[in-house]
Amino acid sequence: MATSTPTRDAYAPPPRGSQQKKPVNARRQTWRSRLWRFDDKASPYAYIAPFFLVFGAFGLYPLIYTGWIALHRVEMTGLDQMEWVGWGNFDRILHDSEFWTAVSNTFLIGVMSTVPQLLVALGLAHLLNYKLRASTFWRTVILTPYATSVASAALVFALVFRADGGLLNWALQFVGLGDTNWVNGHWTSKIAISVIVIWRWTGYNTLIYLAAMQAVPTDLYEAASLDGASRWQQFRKVTIPSLRPTILFTIVISTIGSMQLFGEPLLLEGGTLGATGGNENQYETLSVYLYNYGWNLGHLGPAAAVAWAMLALLLIIAAANWLIGRFVRKSAV
Amino acid sequence: MTITSPTKAPELGLPARSSAHRAPRRASRFKPGAGKQLQGGPFAYIALAVVGIGSLLPLYWTLVAASHTQDEVLASTPPFLPGGHLMHNLDAAWNQAHLGKAIVNSVIVSSCITAATLFFCTLAGYAFAKMRFRGRGALMTGVIATLTIPPQLSVVPLFMMMADLGWGGNLESVIFPTLVSAFGVFFMRQYLSEALPYELIEAAKIDGANNFRVVLSIVLPVARPAMMVLGMLTFVQAWNDFFWPYLALNQQNPTLQVALGQLSASYTPDQSIVMAGALISTLPLLVVFVIFGKRIVGGIMSGAVKG
Repeated sequence: MATSTPTRDAYAPPPRGSQQKKPVNARRQTWRSRLWRFDDKASPYAYIAPFFLVFGAFGLYPLIYTGWIALHRVEMTGLDQMEWVGWGNFDRILHDSEFWTAVSNTFLIGVMSTVPQLLVALGLAHLLNYKLRASTFWRTVILTPYATSVASAALVFALVFRADGGLLNWALQFVGLGDTNWVNGHWTSKIAISVIVIWRWTGYNTLIYLAAMQAVPTDLYEAASLDGASRWQQFRKVTIPSLRPTILFTIVISTIGSMQLFGEPLLLEGGTLGATGGNENQYETLSVYLYNYGWNLGHLGPAAAVAWAMLALLLIIAAANWLIGRFVRKSAV
Repeated sequence: MTITSPTKAPELGLPARSSAHRAPRRASRFKPGAGKQLQGGPFAYIALAVVGIGSLLPLYWTLVAASHTQDEVLASTPPFLPGGHLMHNLDAAWNQAHLGKAIVNSVIVSSCITAATLFFCTLAGYAFAKMRFRGRGALMTGVIATLTIPPQLSVVPLFMMMADLGWGGNLESVIFPTLVSAFGVFFMRQYLSEALPYELIEAAKIDGANNFRVVLSIVLPVARPAMMVLGMLTFVQAWNDFFWPYLALNQQNPTLQVALGQLSASYTPDQSIVMAGALISTLPLLVVFVIFGKRIVGGIMSGAVKG
């Protein structure tokens, strides 16, 4: 339109031709801002790349490759020779009663160590949540076992649980409960391993619960006590529901941890019995079974099949968890 | 062990310097005594004392067993006080299990893993906490999901890969798979998203700093308290790691835990010599723990609360 005001003209974009005749200075400006924009776009990916590269190379890729190896015959003596056997390895382990013993052992020890551990941790966290003298000291003391390695813990408990000359039996004799051959019994050996796990991890879980408890708003307790709720009722109706996500988190972490139990059973007895989980595989876990096949007997194919069986179990547990969670939520509404 | 009153210890048990960067809402959250807190009665102290003794007794027993002969340890009435056989047992453990080499190896492995974890996890944590980019949420979910994958699932090909790379039995095979940890990324993200204000980053950018410059001069100083905690947690974990090192390393080139496992598993072991080895492998960490225990406690609590 011919009658445009001069102000509009001033804001109108310059004609196309003039862009090509930009001064050198301005061209450098674009280059710089382009560089800036690239820096902003690429930097986050560059910063997170190391994690995904390392995980891809040493976590995800081997995980998938395990499935391929599980279909082959590979021996420790000749790692570069792979011979196709199809489902042979899976056939072999699924028809091995020792495998099923290991599955049930892993499951039983998992339950026997996780349940008491988390209950005790919950109670301890509740105690530590009181106003206490030297509370940091108590927290540090109960966390001390966390600083111990699996190997050291397993070895010292091996001494405690020894049949003859063991500290525990000595104490039991004191109160007239006689001798127990802890590592040879089917249940007692599982108790022994659970004790090691409970000893090492209770303090850790206690601190996680304590942190969550301290995040519970105090008005909730005030409201509850105004309504006349006793301490126990407050614990049950305020603390536990507020901690539900944290409890779920610790259950998941402990379940995954108990799937991995290795050092405790391997070193429980000393000598060469660890690789088979005792005389009658009474405390052999899946990790020990995998180790025995792959590194003790030297058959990596079946060991890889065990790894995938563990993956399947993990998925089953996850699905069960999810279903139970859904069921609980539905019935709560 | 230093026991300071908990009100003096901020969230991570860290110097007050860092609290300037923290959002005020969060700062008051962990202060014990904020709001009504019930006084613990004698029962609480008795229960804690019992648990405390239970926690420390096995460690004391390690020392006692390491300082007697095996016959004394396994006698019908076991000893209760440390004996005078410690040096002899340490010496024997030293000679039987390459412990000298194992200590050097453990220090190398743990230091490398800790340094790399700190650097990479701080970078990734910063990116996830403060930078906008496509796929951020999904990628972070991916990071957390990797926490649920046990190492058992990948050790067989990992062992073969390491042999291919020429790292079989070498420390590289233990160091490289653990250079970054999902927990570390998560931990640093949690800390930085609260402790690092956007204004600080913007100010640096207006001053002409590029992204990496921001990391070096703004993010790293702010992250230092959390990095200390993560560093200690990582070091403890790397030092104590057993499963993969036990499979990957051999008798001639072990870490301390591997040497300990072999000492116990290879032949009929002398229990007090094994305990001497256990003592050597535990003692350095116990010292670290006595000095920094408060910070490690604070770190676990702050890392876990929003899991």
